[in-house]
This record gives sequence, C-alpha cells and structure tokens, in this order.
Amino acid sequence: MNLHEYQAKEIIAAYGIPIPRGRVALTSDQVERAAKEFGGRCVVKAQIHAGGRGKAGGVRLVHHPEQAQDVGKELFGKRLVTHQTGPEGLKVRRILVEEAVEIAREFYLSITLDRASSRYCLIASAEGGVDIEEVAAKSPEKIHILTIDPFFGLRPYQARQIALALGLAGSLCEDCVNLILNLYRVCLEKDCFLAEINPLVVTKAGWLMAMDAKITFDDNAIFRHREYPDMMDYSQLDPLEINAGKYDLAYIKLDGTIGCLVNGAGLAMATLDVLKEFGGEPANFLDVGGGASREKVAEAFKIILQDDDVKGIFVNIFGGIMRCDVIAQGIIEAANEVHCPLPIVVRMDGSRVEEGKKLLLESGLNVQCGDSLGDAAQRIVSMLS
Amino acid sequence: MAVLLNKESRVVVQGITGRSGFLHTQLCREYGTRIVAGVTPGKGGIHVEGIPVFNTVEEAVRHTGANVSMIFVPPPGAADAILEAADAGIDLAVCITEGIPVRDMVPVKRIIAGKKMRLIGPNCPGVITPGECKVGIMPGYIHKKGKIGVVSRSGTLTYEAVKQLTDVGLGQSTCVGIGGDPIIGMNFIDVLGLFNEDPQTEGVFMIGEIGGGAEEEAAYWIRENMKKPVGAFIAGVTAPPGKRMGHAGAIITGGKGRAEDKINVLAECGVVVAKSPTRMGETMLEAMNIG
Repeated sequence: MNLHEYQAKEIIAAYGIPIPRGRVALTSDQVERAAKEFGGRCVVKAQIHAGGRGKAGGVRLVHHPEQAQDVGKELFGKRLVTHQTGPEGLKVRRILVEEAVEIAREFYLSITLDRASSRYCLIASAEGGVDIEEVAAKSPEKIHILTIDPFFGLRPYQARQIALALGLAGSLCEDCVNLILNLYRVCLEKDCFLAEINPLVVTKAGWLMAMDAKITFDDNAIFRHREYPDMMDYSQLDPLEINAGKYDLAYIKLDGTIGCLVNGAGLAMATLDVLKEFGGEPANFLDVGGGASREKVAEAFKIILQDDDVKGIFVNIFGGIMRCDVIAQGIIEAANEVHCPLPIVVRMDGSRVEEGKKLLLESGLNVQCGDSLGDAAQRIVSMLS
Repeated sequence: MAVLLNKESRVVVQGITGRSGFLHTQLCREYGTRIVAGVTPGKGGIHVEGIPVFNTVEEAVRHTGANVSMIFVPPPGAADAILEAADAGIDLAVCITEGIPVRDMVPVKRIIAGKKMRLIGPNCPGVITPGECKVGIMPGYIHKKGKIGVVSRSGTLTYEAVKQLTDVGLGQSTCVGIGGDPIIGMNFIDVLGLFNEDPQTEGVFMIGEIGGGAEEEAAYWIRENMKKPVGAFIAGVTAPPGKRMGHAGAIITGGKGRAEDKINVLAECGVVVAKSPTRMGETMLEAMNIG
C-alpha cells in the first residue's frame, strides 16, 4: 500500500526527521491561503502515488499566493502522467503546499527489502534527485548499500560510515546518523517495504531536511496496523481495482477485449501470455486466488462485466482440490445474475471435470469448454475475431 | 530416492484444527502421507480423525518421531510456528500460510540459517514425491512417479506444468513449490542442488515469474554446476510494467526482473525455455532429448 508524500512526511516527522513546513490543500483556495501563510514564495506539489512528478509539471515553485491559486486550479482534477504512472496517469485530488527552502546539497537515502539477502538494506548516494536510477546504472560506485543484519540492527557507527561517505562532517554528520537510525525505526515499526527520502538535502542555512519522502507499507502487516486503512487514498486506484480488492481479488485493467478469470497469479500471467500468442488481447489480469471459491468466482465475473470493453470471457481454473462442478455452478449463477450476453470459454481442470462441463453446456449460456489451455485460448480468440 | 520427502516421512501438521489445516490433513492422508501428529496450542490431548494433537511441536516430536512439519498457522503466528519447528528438531518445514509480514520473515530467515531444518515457503503449494508422500495443497491426481524434478515459484501454474509433463509421459521425482513471497526458505538453487545429487531425478523443469533476480541467479548456477538437462517457463512476457513508487527496488535489482531478461539469461546458460505455457511438457521432452 502506497502513501502520499505528505503522509510519508508526517510519519517521518513523528520520528524526528526534519521536513519543510507544509499544508495539505483540497481546493485551490486552500492552496492560496497556505501560500499566504508561507509568505507567497512556496512550492506547490501534486499528491499522486507515483514518482517523476517534477518532470510532468506536478511540482512548481510559485512566488505569490495568486500564482499558487492558479497552479492549484490547473492541477486539481488533472490526470498527471509520469514515467511511473502508465499512460492513463493519476488524478490529482490533494496538493501539498510547502515553504520554499534554499538547497545547498542533495542526497538520496532509502531503506528497502533486499530479496537477494532476505534483509533490509540502506541505500545512500551523494547524488540524489530524480536521476538516481541513472547514477545507479552508470556509476554504481557512487551508490552505497549497507545490508542490515536483523540481529545486529543498524548501528550508529555504520550510519556514520554512510554519512561520512556522503561527505557530511561535524555536527551535520551526527545529525545524519540520527536521521538514518530514525528512518530504520520507521521501517520496522511501521512495517515498510520502502522508506525513501529523495532528496535529502542540506539547506543553505545548514540543516538536514527531507524534501520528498515515499513510504510503501507491507499489506500483509495490516493486522497490527489499524491506521493503514484510514491512510489509503482510493482515488489513486482504478474503481474496478478497488471493488476487486474488497473481495480479495487481484485485478488489473488492461486494454484488450477478452475478460480473464484465473486462479493463481502465475497461471493468470501465463493465461495473458497464451491469449496474446494466439492473437487475442486480454482486457484484464484477474486472480481469484489459488482456492477459487464459488463466491469469489461469482464476484470476479461481475467485476469483469463492468468493463465495457469486454467482448468475451475466458475462464481458466486449475481447481485441483476445488471440484469443477462447484466452480461451474458459480459461473452459471454469476452469469445469470448479471444477464451475461457475452460468449464464454471455460477451461477447467480438477476433480469432477466432466460433471462441471455438463452443467455449463446445459446451462443455456453462450458457453464453450476447452480441453486444454491452448485449445481454450484458441476458441475464445477465434470467437471474437 | 526423490528429494525432501519419501515413504518414511513422518508429518506433523501445525494448525491442524483450523479449516484449511484440517481439510488438507485429510487430503494428504488420502494420498498416502503418514500424518503422525497435529499441533494446536491449547488443544493438546484431543484427537482429530484419530491423529493425536499436542500443544507444542516439541511434544509432538517426542511422542511420535515426526520429522516433517506442514504449517497452516495464520499469519500473525506463522513466523513463530516456523521457529518452533526448527527448535523441535524438525528436518523439513513446509509453510503453506499466505500473508506473513516481511518484518517477521527477516529474522526467521536469519535464525534458520544456522539450523539443520530446511524451510519450503511460505505462501507455497508445498512438496510432493508422487506415489509416496504429499505435504501441501496441490491436487495429488495430476502427478505421476518418474524422473523429472519440478521447482516453481508459482502455485496453480505448477499444476498446469505437472499435468503437461504427465500427459507427455514424463513422471516426476519430486515437485517443490518454493513460494512466491519476497522472503522464502529454500530457493531455486537450493532445490536444483538437491535434484542434481538425486539418482531418481534425470532432468528438471523450472517455473519462474517476472520480478526479482532469482531466475537469473539460478541460470548462472545451472551453467556452472548442473549435470542434468533443465527446461523452464517464465510467466509474464506480456505483463504490463506495473506502477511503482520510488527508486530503491530498481537500484538494487539494476532494473532487471522482466521476463525477457530472465528468458535470455536462461537460454544463454543452456536451459531450454518453453515459448508458450501450452508447451511446457513438450519443452521438457526436448530438453531430455538434447541432454
């Protein structure tokens, strides 16, 4: 689960990490008022769940409150497209207005999970900002990576080595040590996949400050973080994706015409691959989970049909321990309930597959059964072409 | 021979009185697995379908000689359950539980590195040695005893692969679902190493997915060490690039993780890669003929 910049900043500020003074605005009038409070000169930052906002025009330096209001009018409701959003972009519903800070130096600092070592790692670079990935690719020696032993923890001397490597000295170095240790506390106590400050800056006044922050929570830890759901901004998700989430279904909208209903993420990806191989265009990725209960299949069906681009439906369920006749009943009930007029091709495997097929073929629905993954994929593609 | 599990394996089920734990205890037993004990804290002393239930894994091991654990404990207690199994002297823990927080798994991985216990999962379908022992949630009937080792990050896609192998006449020595979580016990290389030394296994089929660098690392290991033919499939060639936050992930993986990268590296390292998920069985036949 992703947070907005202002939410991430509130969290790190609570752990003693300095951030610029700021106000969250929901209207352009609020943007103007906040700008007045900061003396006119301030930074207006669109809040969306993606990076690359600056290059997309979502972060602006303004010099007086009226200008701030104009930028607010322009940004509110706009879909901001950055290299991390995909072509449809993300809608701006909130804006962060911050005091303008004079920057002397910029750094990159983050803590994330390193899958290869199964540990958290600290990443730091003296070259921060938006081009950090390029720095990592072209001059990896400028990136400092410290893998954190969970028993040993992150120690002050290790943080100091990082701070010194960033070129910080004296009291700034010690401030940075504390900041790094606090960021690690955020990561553990808030169950973060990612806690990133980019850029971390030294201001012209000589202070360390987090100019931008990103936090991604580990969704699996929601059982011990009652604050998570309240922090979620659903406007950053596709409405169909939100609906799917309520039923614990993984749904991603795509551009094609074949609605897909599959159990298991790997099989769902392979299903998209095989449809494309036969010349079909999937309308979505949808994983109902390995178990594929009748209720979930029914809900998944309804979600797929809410997408107007869908012209046919491909169901691929490797039931295994689920009985195919039960799955078939779920499909029939859902299709009847929503009066599905579209052609359906079902590929099922599992126990009682023949009974399941019989139920489907006698249901009166416009349905065919495929014998294998390839056969079924070819059927749905040829039915729609 | 096979790997990890055989007819002699004595299985304890942690979380046996939960809904999934109970269902799969029955299904595994029907397959022929010797389930000797269950563990549910607070329910020690009762029997489930004739299987004695204990309060702790230590008691279960002491009274029944269990050496394998199948874990169905819900996420808040799952990491503790894995550590309890390790401490009780279990040889192999198979953790089916989905949804364990990463912060809980980081110390688990660190602790079990110094123990003899092997961990499969979490968030995995489990392990099966066809005809001998099933510890997991996979459907038993698609499997057939034979000479191909299967190792996979996926669940249902593995069932598809196994069915295709069986359909083309290739039986399996052992099928291992290593799980899809960011932190797992045994990885591709660990399992490939076991298959490499197993006399029953004559070839290996590997199923990967987009994301991370585990398939690439396995490919380099195969090139240097593997004595047997390897076939593979990587799901997600057509997956759209996901929305993402921040730069950290891209920095530590060097921007890798796309299906094309994985397929290219595997092919360079001598692995025969299936071009379509409909041809996993044929691809393994091809790999066996070349090898």
